[in-house]
Amino acid sequence: MYSPAAKAVAEKLGLKMGRANLEEFADTLLGLAKGDRNILAVTSDSRGSGKLGPFGQALPKQIVEVGIAEQNLVGIAAGLGSCGKKVFAVSPACFLTARSLEQIKNDICYSDHPVTVVGISAGVSYGALGTTHHSLHDFAVLRAINNITIVAPADNFEAREAVRICARHDKPVYLRFGKAPLYTLPRSEDVPFVLGKARQLCDGSDVAFLASGETVIHALLAAEHLSADSGLQCRVISVPTIKPLDIEAVLDAARECRAVITTEEHMVNGGLGEAIAGHLVQNGIATRFQIVGIPDEYTVTGSQADIFRHYGLSMEGLVARARDLLR
Amino acid sequence: MPTDRELALKSLHYRRSVLKWIKHAGAGHTGGSLSCVDILNVLYNRILRVSPVTFSDPKRDRYIQSKGHSVEALFVVLADRGFFPESDLETLGGYKSDYVGHPTRHVAGIEQNTGALGHGLPIAVGTALASKMDDAGFRAFTLLGDGELAEGSNWEGALAGAHYKLDNLTVIIDCNTLQITGRTRDVMNHEPLAGKWAAFGWAVRTVDGHDFAALTAALEKPLEAGKPSLVIARTTKGKGVSFMEDVGKWHHGVPNDDEYARALAELDAGIAKLSGGAT
Repeated sequence: MYSPAAKAVAEKLGLKMGRANLEEFADTLLGLAKGDRNILAVTSDSRGSGKLGPFGQALPKQIVEVGIAEQNLVGIAAGLGSCGKKVFAVSPACFLTARSLEQIKNDICYSDHPVTVVGISAGVSYGALGTTHHSLHDFAVLRAINNITIVAPADNFEAREAVRICARHDKPVYLRFGKAPLYTLPRSEDVPFVLGKARQLCDGSDVAFLASGETVIHALLAAEHLSADSGLQCRVISVPTIKPLDIEAVLDAARECRAVITTEEHMVNGGLGEAIAGHLVQNGIATRFQIVGIPDEYTVTGSQADIFRHYGLSMEGLVARARDLLR
Repeated sequence: MPTDRELALKSLHYRRSVLKWIKHAGAGHTGGSLSCVDILNVLYNRILRVSPVTFSDPKRDRYIQSKGHSVEALFVVLADRGFFPESDLETLGGYKSDYVGHPTRHVAGIEQNTGALGHGLPIAVGTALASKMDDAGFRAFTLLGDGELAEGSNWEGALAGAHYKLDNLTVIIDCNTLQITGRTRDVMNHEPLAGKWAAFGWAVRTVDGHDFAALTAALEKPLEAGKPSLVIARTTKGKGVSFMEDVGKWHHGVPNDDEYARALAELDAGIAKLSGGAT
């Protein structure tokens, strides 16, 4: 996932390699569920890919298997949620937010049940498995649905905190996790994780990187590279909550920095970048602005790392975009 | 427990109200509301352990109307059961009204927002599972239309209901044989219906969906221990108004003034007849 140059920057920053957010999720959920029998995991033949094998073994009465049937998964989750259960409905993001979108919209969001919809192996995590297994639409479709919070954690700390919050939250949430091991963001635990709030990881006024999910680390590496190489001071903001957006942090960054780059493991249509662009325009802010994501084309084939590199979501790609934008 | 005769009288009043409010709102699903009135009548007056007082009780029975478009029948029955004053329906379909054309939880007594078809059964499966998990003892009921059975999610739910041996779950199919395009068997045939559900592992009973005693017998307890129950209620779309019965255009037809007067005259004659002969 990281080039030798990116690894060198990470080493210089003293970043520690954590585990996949998916594993952090599963472990955190198991810990919480041991203390609360109302916490349930509902799976669609997805306990293995959701790293919920240990959960199923430790708490067999708190896991509900529905088979390969995502619509049923979400409907059953809504029914359980309506009866006071704290439900985590877990399935690959590609299927969960497409095939069962109507169940998410109506059964959970419209009916307002306390269900956390957990999209696993999101974005292009499944890389070489192809477009059927990619979820590059989930932010866009869920942003257009009322009464759901959309969260894409950037590292293990954000993932852990998000799961804890969801376990005591009484509203619908979409949580999105990848399956590749992640660096832990520097001093991550010093910046509080609050739903709806962006987390500033470093300050600067040349380029603001407004990054989401597992692209945040690449933005951070790019910022460090730009600083060491060109003396540019970049602001890196993790935007784990795509909806509702932390508008204040977004507007401040755009007002205080010379350029704004948004990054997301999502199609450029309808995701974080377009959400931010809308707020900038409506607040009269014209700035140098670039949305970095997967373009609206037949997605290049290859691993997640290949796809990130191809579309400029890697450190090198973001460095180049920043330089272009400031030119 | 109300007698069959009392229920019959209630159904006549319910049908009168369904037509009244659809006429008032200028829109509604007339035929399907009239076909399921007797089913709702039996559920709310004989079967479901739920009332306005117990609606917040976690152990109340749950009713989820999967065929959400027949909401007018549900509204009228809930009003009669005291969940809200029937006069609230004056706002039906209106600006800022909670009484929209499909059930929502903004209305007292409604468990689940429905309207998109094929959703009720999976939700009811989750509800029945929760009851089993907590040993809470409540039952979950859902009402499906026969046209709705073409939605694949129903069959996902059918698998799960049997897999989890949810004998506290009852699905009722309002089998009125008509959908918006025509006869259900011509649009997408689902027969043999009883055989399909039995093969899925459900206990199945077919009843006359306008026969209070038969409906009661099929619904008062699970049909078989260890299996979910499927009650095929053979009904007539537009039931109770001669010129609406089994006529497709009344799926969401709104009676004009003349039709409305004729319909009320028929129902009022039925009410007079039932009320008159006191024995």
